[in-house]
Amino acid sequence: MDALDGNAIAGPLAEVFGTEMTTATGICISCGRSSQVAGFAVYLQGPGIVARCGGCAAVLMVLVEIRGMTCVDLRGLSSLG
Amino acid sequence: MARAALRRRLTWQAATVDAVVEETARARTIVLSVPDWPGHLAGQHLDVRLTAEDGYRAERSYSIASAPGEPVAITVERLDDGEVSPYLTQELRPGDVLGLRGPVGGYFVWEPADGGPLLLAAGGSGIVPLRAMLRHRQRSGATAQARLLYSSRSQAEVIYAAELGQLAADGVEVICTFTRRSPAGWTGYARRVDAALLAEVAWPAGQAPLAFACGPTSFVETVATGLAGLGYPAGRIRTERFGATGAR
Repeated sequence: MDALDGNAIAGPLAEVFGTEMTTATGICISCGRSSQVAGFAVYLQGPGIVARCGGCAAVLMVLVEIRGMTCVDLRGLSSLG
Repeated sequence: MARAALRRRLTWQAATVDAVVEETARARTIVLSVPDWPGHLAGQHLDVRLTAEDGYRAERSYSIASAPGEPVAITVERLDDGEVSPYLTQELRPGDVLGLRGPVGGYFVWEPADGGPLLLAAGGSGIVPLRAMLRHRQRSGATAQARLLYSSRSQAEVIYAAELGQLAADGVEVICTFTRRSPAGWTGYARRVDAALLAEVAWPAGQAPLAFACGPTSFVETVATGLAGLGYPAGRIRTERFGATGAR
């Protein structure tokens, strides 16, 4: 399964965060890699959106829409901004 | 204007199809009328939402094909097993209404102040945002040198062929490679892009070039890795990956 990248979720992220996020920098808790959101490996094939670290493949971010509400889990990021 | 566009709250709105232009047997450009469009940057995209009669919704992200200041347009390539692209490329008619959200994205963007020389590498329909950049460069009178490397399966699948010919006449270096079938008498590249091809085509790293690569994931990985090997710093290689569209 090919990964896309963070560019592919610019729309959902802008809606959730209220600002352009693909140029924001995230730091992976697992390996410490710092990367722009555009460089995350993004999987859209599941029921939600999963973004993984481009270095160690740890899950950084999960977005799921449930009954019109978007739930955002940033469990794999030590910072995002 | 464009910066303000990035800050405004994004919402879905209704866009009306103004025109459709068949580009190839599988790709068409859809020109949209968007009442509350704040303007966009070259390389940004927008999201399209289709809603079925039973309420089922599908959303897809498409690169904007037009330059800033031009009417909003996207170019969509049909995926035969796709859920959205067959409708957009075969059923959609002028006057139809789509859900639209955008513009979005700020990373895969070129503005004249970013300069060049530009190396634009397209795999299949990855040409779309790069076409917006080339049109923007032309319309803005930017002086950055530009070189386009465009990998297609065959000549019949080259999107914007006539326009690229015009750009070539106007000083953009256009280098095509065909991965499946080359036209009769073709003396150019007839293989997938690889490190050796990039070494021949890419601006030397010493000229501080700025590269944009867009296409299927494997194409983009090859280009990014190849350019890094030629000494391009990571910050001068911007990448955007499409799904596995078979565009190579």
